[in-house]
Amino acid sequence: MRIGLFIPCYVDQFYPDVAVATVEVLERLGVEIDYPTQQTCCGQPMANTGCRHETRPLAFKFLKTFKDYPYVVCPSGSCVAMVRHHYREYLDGQPGFEELVGKTYEFCEFLVDVLKIDPVEGSFPHKVGIHQSCHALRHLRLASSSERVGASFSKMRQLLEPLEGITFSELERTDECCGFGGTFSINEEAVSCSMGLDRIADHQRAGTEVMTAPDMSCLMHMTGLLQRQGIRMEIMHIAQILAGREVSNEK
Amino acid sequence: MVQPRIEHAADAARFIQNAERAHWHDQALWFVRAKRDKAVACVPEWEMLRDRAQQIKSHTLAHLADYLEQFEQNATRHGIQIHWARTADDHNRIVLEILQQHQVQRVVKSKSMLTEECGLNPVLEQHGIEVVDTDLGERIVQFRNEPPSHIVLPAIHIKKEEVGQTFHEHLGTDEGASDPNYLTEAARQHLRGKFMAAEAGITGVNFAIAETGGFVVCTNEGNADIGVSLPKLHIACMGIEKLIPRAADLAVFTRMLARNATGQPVTTYTSHFQGPVPGGQLHVVLVDNGRCTLRASDTFRDALRCIRCGACLNTCPVYRRSGGYSYHATVPGPIGSVLNATRDVKTYHSLPFACSLCASCSDVCPVKIPLHESLLDLRWEVVQQGQLPWSKRLMMKGASFVFKRTWLYNLGGRVARWVLPKLPRPLVYNRLNAWGQQRDLPEMPKKSFRQIYQERDER
Ligand code: SF4
Repeated sequence: MRIGLFIPCYVDQFYPDVAVATVEVLERLGVEIDYPTQQTCCGQPMANTGCRHETRPLAFKFLKTFKDYPYVVCPSGSCVAMVRHHYREYLDGQPGFEELVGKTYEFCEFLVDVLKIDPVEGSFPHKVGIHQSCHALRHLRLASSSERVGASFSKMRQLLEPLEGITFSELERTDECCGFGGTFSINEEAVSCSMGLDRIADHQRAGTEVMTAPDMSCLMHMTGLLQRQGIRMEIMHIAQILAGREVSNEK
Repeated sequence: MVQPRIEHAADAARFIQNAERAHWHDQALWFVRAKRDKAVACVPEWEMLRDRAQQIKSHTLAHLADYLEQFEQNATRHGIQIHWARTADDHNRIVLEILQQHQVQRVVKSKSMLTEECGLNPVLEQHGIEVVDTDLGERIVQFRNEPPSHIVLPAIHIKKEEVGQTFHEHLGTDEGASDPNYLTEAARQHLRGKFMAAEAGITGVNFAIAETGGFVVCTNEGNADIGVSLPKLHIACMGIEKLIPRAADLAVFTRMLARNATGQPVTTYTSHFQGPVPGGQLHVVLVDNGRCTLRASDTFRDALRCIRCGACLNTCPVYRRSGGYSYHATVPGPIGSVLNATRDVKTYHSLPFACSLCASCSDVCPVKIPLHESLLDLRWEVVQQGQLPWSKRLMMKGASFVFKRTWLYNLGGRVARWVLPKLPRPLVYNRLNAWGQQRDLPEMPKKSFRQIYQERDER
């Protein structure tokens, strides 16, 4: 199976190992990966600031880059939500657009829903706190959100659970936003940081050793806060755990 | 009157400066949200009810004129006198005239966000009419000369010790007393006098039923009931979006309203009004005040489905940490941001941005208003109306320019990753770097993923 790998710009530039881990996991599962290097940014920062004129050319660039792949896979719920839910504004009626929406998957979704993989082997003897990134949660429904009534599920937890020795933190607020929110983190700096600190405190109380998420952007925000506060808590993207990365700051 | 532009972020930052209080505010509202989760979990068909509620409201809005006429006919048949108000001023004038015709000096009023929206109290007071808000929370903020900070819990921002102080000043309760039972009893005695003396009662309307011409008022304190049972004159004020077609539709909403608002199975009092009391008069004022304009908008019409349960405020992580007053509007929180920015994008330009797009509001809303999507659409509205600060616009133009050109993006990335680690800390972390006020920047890796990938390919 061949996929076009879509790596968010900030992951490409700041967190290359998250992308490498994504590649490792997918290749181990027999997926043939192509990373088209003309890709840059999906345009979400501009779109979320209301700057549609500035977003449009990036949406077109994205379509051109990825339209010929059978699947597009990305280790970020937020960027996939942009393509799936917000590109219509720019690309409605363009040849290949409907197909693009249907074949663009977030990494965990792709493993669970498309590859339908067997339980990942490996061990991860740590207490893991899952941060439910809002876009993955409420825009892509990677898990059941606490506001809605119905069967509870989590594709992330489903992927992690088979790992030997893994345990999970039980949070007081299972899916409250961390406050990153893209440009919100700058526009509403005070609220954004207050939200992030509250999330971290919840994880501390629950005894989280490793915080993980399907979105590096939330984790970038919380890593920044943790470092400034001098709090030791390991932060890993879910792809890094599945790829078998070690916990780095073990004393 | 030209309103100053609202800068939500600045007010929010001020609110958060008092970390202890902000935390308390957040916890108090989260408590309500958690209680709500438990209550709705007891209704397995909750999501079905949401679908149904959305459909009923959308249907009613699509046929609003017909249902309004039907309501008027049926209400009139029961002896209810109907008044139509296009604007807030019309509404206030109509209410004032009715009161003046009856030479009313003293009015008791139960909770009505509509009369807040229209600014009714000051108008009546200017004409020498005493208006007493009889909802406990509303009475507290009225004593303090403050507007409500929440649509269901108007005094949620006030601690019980502060209520004690307010009551000490206005009701002569013991200084330093803060026992809720004691204070409530004092309010009860005080309000009893006001109820006895009132010559007219004003209420809001939660649901008006076209088919029957009756309407329903939901309260927890029974203050609406006593307020309109003693005087012979009852005026009910409602926005035209409060209408539902049939009595059978009502059950969908009464099952949802209290559960979603406060986690109660049902409001303590759900009172049905079908006509005036013997020998009395019942007036209903139907208010547009911008609702028809909103209804005409394909993008934002959904907001008119709102039943004012307040759940989107309770769940909003921004509202909880910035307080109702940071919105400078009668209705704050996610729905308030939508209602106010659609009405006046210039004044409320910052409200659509007071949102991390977490979408919790949209998931909690009983009538499925896509609140976070509306807020996103409103940001485009802000840009179109030229209300986005030029610095932000420029930043986005610059970023787009770079992202369009892969080579420039590659170069920019390389330069940033090379330069940033070499800069002295004060040059990176200063007043201009909003990210860095409380957060470190990510550590810069030597190579980008694309470099690693290309090197691997070459091997
Ligand atoms: S928008 Fe929805 S959640 Fe918010 S107050 Fe209205 S009905 Fe309740």
